Amino acid sequence: MRVKSLLVAAALAAALAVAAAAQPVKIAVIMPSATTDAAFSQSMWQALQSVQKEMGGESAIELKYTENMWNVPDAAAAIRDYASSGFDIVIAHGSQYGSSVQEIAKDFPKVTFAWGTDVDTYGLPNVYAYTAAAEQGGYVNGVLAAKLTKSKKIGVTGPIEVGDAKTYIDGFIQGVASVNKSITVSKTWTGSFSDVALMTAAAKTHIANGPDALTGSSQSVVGSIGAAKDKGGVLWFGTQADQASLAPSLVVASQVYDWTGMLKDILAKRKAGVLGGVAYTLTLDNGGLKIAYNPDYKLPAAVKAAGVSAAQGIAKKTIKVQP
Amino acid sequence: MKGFLSWNVLSGILNTMVGLAAPFLYAALGETFAQTSGVVNLGVDGVMLLSAFAAFYVALTTGSLWLGLLAAALVGLAMGLLMSLISVTLKAEQGVSGIGLYMFGLGMSSLLFKVLIGTVKTIEGFKPVAIPLLSKIPFAGQILFHTDVLTYGAFLLVPVAWWVLEKTTLGLKIKAVGQNPAAADSVGIGVGRIRYLAVCIGSILAGVAGASLSIAQLDLFQDNLTAGQGFIAVALVYFGGWRPVGVLAGALLFSVANSFQLWMQVLGVKLPSSVAVMLPYILTILALTVTANRARQPAALNKPFERGES
Repeated sequence: MRVKSLLVAAALAAALAVAAAAQPVKIAVIMPSATTDAAFSQSMWQALQSVQKEMGGESAIELKYTENMWNVPDAAAAIRDYASSGFDIVIAHGSQYGSSVQEIAKDFPKVTFAWGTDVDTYGLPNVYAYTAAAEQGGYVNGVLAAKLTKSKKIGVTGPIEVGDAKTYIDGFIQGVASVNKSITVSKTWTGSFSDVALMTAAAKTHIANGPDALTGSSQSVVGSIGAAKDKGGVLWFGTQADQASLAPSLVVASQVYDWTGMLKDILAKRKAGVLGGVAYTLTLDNGGLKIAYNPDYKLPAAVKAAGVSAAQGIAKKTIKVQP
Repeated sequence: MKGFLSWNVLSGILNTMVGLAAPFLYAALGETFAQTSGVVNLGVDGVMLLSAFAAFYVALTTGSLWLGLLAAALVGLAMGLLMSLISVTLKAEQGVSGIGLYMFGLGMSSLLFKVLIGTVKTIEGFKPVAIPLLSKIPFAGQILFHTDVLTYGAFLLVPVAWWVLEKTTLGLKIKAVGQNPAAADSVGIGVGRIRYLAVCIGSILAGVAGASLSIAQLDLFQDNLTAGQGFIAVALVYFGGWRPVGVLAGALLFSVANSFQLWMQVLGVKLPSSVAVMLPYILTILALTVTANRARQPAALNKPFERGES
């Protein structure tokens, strides 16, 4: 009888182990804007979907998202809800969520948390941090813009002077200056990541001042692209996601954040029992940042060569870009 | 400040001002109707959002901007009826009802956008139309007479709203139910009916405000497109003292301050950007403070009417 009980218990344990092994990894992501924002949030959602597809689909990875979490307390509640409802990995995709992650991660030591853009893991073993060296792609876009501008005036529409929005623009200005220091780059900040109407007004203001090239960062730049499109002939340089589809004849190139490498590494580490403690930075060198040239825009070969050369120089560290 | 003295910059500031003011004018003039009748509708932003989506979606799928505008107005009407039902018929607390309406508009527009469109797309919206002869007037011509049809409509609405409120029987009835609904009721004015009408007029105009963003100025829809413009419109009603001309002054002040701070940044004026973007709000608060004592708030504002209660 005792042997029989032991056999049943062993069989049950084996069955549970098989069932556990077959369970998909559950990943949740909390984002400040929509998964379709053509910018920051979309870049992460697309990367997650790409990793899911590559690793075997929904049977391997279960994805859930909560979007439009402009309000940090709401986002904190969502992060805690996901952690407490059995998710293995919770990604808080916004630099404003850092303090929430710091507080919540301590209560769920078996859950992996990842947040960005920042490099601080708060010394917690179950927290990853991630950021993008946005200044690198900004520099490349700056080189391209400087080569293409005829008016020698370029406009920059930014949201709030922080994080990768700021470093992208800083890099862009350095890229322009590396080609021609006499080009005027004027900047505007709207004070909001989401105010599309004000971003559009900012772009129109730039255009009225005479530039023939614009760039900018954040979810609200779709308004700037629209303004460039309205005017016609004003070129656009994108960042965070490939923005070519918004204005195929005007978008020259976009810096694209590719989070797939980072996500795969986090999954591999989790499988090996490592739940956090690493800070990732997307760069041109590690493939996390890519320059997507718009195939519909007829970019002169010499200009593209200058862009490619700048990207290679940054990757090989022969060109130093200050963040 | 030297750069500000050129014609190009001055006309640029005024040009941007005109465009920025248009959605505020529609929404705030509409809210003036509702509030004059005694109903505060804090859901203006939600109406704008859902209508902006409806206008964009219909224009995107049918190719007709006018059908898009009609869809926005119909959505505005539907939300106006909903607000009226809650606040006039059911006599719910108006502030809370309005916030509920806002959240409904925000959530529903976001959901529909995700389900029906999925990603940011752009359309060819209403283009600027030059008014013959008038658009040739030096300086002012390009600012006032070379814009899109919905922006023209916003400015034309100011005298129309004034005329309706001040010179027509309907306007007198709207004012009467907002000032003393019991007295209005005693002379046979249907308080509920007039409030329904005023709230619906307001919501239709809020719908047009949303359309002016999505199919005239921005030519796209995105989550939370209005970024709180509906709430600023409500504030402009108080700023304007429930008078269309006052609302116009407030909308122009807020918009010119926004336009000015953008030009300050473009011209490289040494001022932290965080201070620059605060400028319109600081000016508006200052102006509200100065004009507060002169405002004539409708006496029955925010008070549900119950026959037999004074």
